[in-house]
Amino acid sequence: MIRSKQLWWTLALAAFAIFPLVVTNPSDTTIAFFALLYMACATSWNMFSGYSGYIALGSGVFYGSGAYTMALISVHAHMAPGAAMFWLVPLGGVVATLIAIPVGWAALRVRRHTFVVITIAVFFVFQNMAINFGFTGGTAGLALPFITWDSSYYNIPFYYVALAVVIFATVLSVSVRRSRFGLQLLAIRDDEDRALGLGVKVGAVKRTGFAMSAFTIGMCGALYAMFVGQIYPQFVFDPMFDISIALMAFLGGLGTLTGPLLGALLLEAGQQYLTVTYSNGSLYLILFGALFLVVIMFMPQGVVVYFRDRVTKRADRERAVLAENEAALDLEKAH
Amino acid sequence: MNATALIDAAKDGILTGSVYALMATGLTLIFGVMDIINVAQGILVILGAYLSYALSVHLGIDLFLGLLITIPSLFVVGVVIERAFIGRLKGPEKTAMSILVTYAVSLLIEGALNIIFTVNDVQLHASYVNKSFLIGGIHFSFIYVAGFVMAVILLSALYFMLYRTRFGVSVRASLADQTSAALVGIDVRRVSTICFGIGVAVTAAGGMVYGATNAFNASTSYDLISRLLTIIVLGGMGSLGGAMIAGVSMVFIGDMVGVLWSPVWSTMAYFVVLIIVLLLRPQGLFGKPIARVA
Repeated sequence: MIRSKQLWWTLALAAFAIFPLVVTNPSDTTIAFFALLYMACATSWNMFSGYSGYIALGSGVFYGSGAYTMALISVHAHMAPGAAMFWLVPLGGVVATLIAIPVGWAALRVRRHTFVVITIAVFFVFQNMAINFGFTGGTAGLALPFITWDSSYYNIPFYYVALAVVIFATVLSVSVRRSRFGLQLLAIRDDEDRALGLGVKVGAVKRTGFAMSAFTIGMCGALYAMFVGQIYPQFVFDPMFDISIALMAFLGGLGTLTGPLLGALLLEAGQQYLTVTYSNGSLYLILFGALFLVVIMFMPQGVVVYFRDRVTKRADRERAVLAENEAALDLEKAH
Repeated sequence: MNATALIDAAKDGILTGSVYALMATGLTLIFGVMDIINVAQGILVILGAYLSYALSVHLGIDLFLGLLITIPSLFVVGVVIERAFIGRLKGPEKTAMSILVTYAVSLLIEGALNIIFTVNDVQLHASYVNKSFLIGGIHFSFIYVAGFVMAVILLSALYFMLYRTRFGVSVRASLADQTSAALVGIDVRRVSTICFGIGVAVTAAGGMVYGATNAFNASTSYDLISRLLTIIVLGGMGSLGGAMIAGVSMVFIGDMVGVLWSPVWSTMAYFVVLIIVLLLRPQGLFGKPIARVA
């Protein structure tokens, strides 16, 4: 079982690694680049919100901060356009994390329902600041040093850096999941009061998880700014981004590892494809909404969990038989 | 900066704020009874505004008269949404799921509205929309005053229903404790459906006034829902009176900052106030002190 799992991961990674070498059409690699960005963001979002059950709907704060970090530094340092700019990508993550620390401190003082709303409020505060402060360039946004790579390989560096970010996010998510810290996050999701009673420092755990998840999202924002070359406050601080990554993670399977990856890959690629092909955003909204309702109603655990359960139906049945036997035993004991 | 501007801000806060309060009351009622956060409330306000728009433009029906059609229509929409999707949610993750479900519903409606009405901004018009009158040296815009009066009437009706009828007793019992309410024979399922319907129906009235005072399209709903959610959180989730006070203070604070400092920061001021209040009082102004745990 484990061996076949590893095989699948290796195959998937190999497919992603050779993709831009096989498909060279720039519009296709652009779609692939955005899909990778969202895969990283959804995975990172899931690492906190999926594991802890605290649904954050203001992750655009970190995406936007990362994008502005990249833009402001590369503009003010008069950076020569080129590969050197990629070194600023982790810096976007650092700034996002630094912002996430006070935000998390404030937002995580309350329980789940209110947390959702506070993250939304914080998001609008940041969007408002980006629009109204002078150094952000206001609604006109900021133009980055324009990279003039040869068009035949224009997307390739971006693609591989994005892939590296996805791998980073996935590895981080796996190691969190397997660590004591990850178990503490899951305990908070299942029963926060009991976790507290059992000695989990719930406040510190939540704040750490929140700040960690901001890092990758900040990197993605920085990479996005570099890719598009011109950022506007309403696009890097986009309420649609907040909800999209949550929906992607949910669609695939909240709290699972492959769920957010798969959800983001399908939805983002689908959206980009529909936008490019039909240039009809409204149709996408309807399809997206309908698809989502179907998933919630029929596979509330997400697509990945649903199909995994079907595949392991036999194991389930065995478990059911076991449970029945146990119940019968308990009954006997009771008599 | 002068006294007149401050009086204007206060007047505006009370008049416009009451309309926000009406829309937010629907949201907090739904949360209080069902533990459901209805993210679709924003787009439903816009749907209500578009319904009024369609009635007035295509059939020539007056905006206020049209409410007799739009309020029941949105009640039905609410009941359908509740029966089709919300009512099926169960388990400890119900509240979190409800955010996602209602968001999906709102995407569907947004897409449909974009296709039917295009993405161009529209505004509701009637002969009286731009009329105003003077009382004690202060200008009162007719539509704001009418909106205020309507909000007060509807909120009073809601209060009457909640505190003076048998159905209201069932609702308040369900607000207090669903399990016990079911045990004493209240059909909590039915109460939930009707409450969701009522919570959505008030958006028709709110949407009409909103549409007459603002240009809107389907994407305006993002701004609306973020305001409505923050209103109910500031007021304390599930608290009807809290929603009203928070609704008025939101507009009031925004206008005050706009007058005293600069209009560009007026939206932000409210959010900052909200964050500060929640740091001091996580349950909101009038929320129950013990947080609900999912």
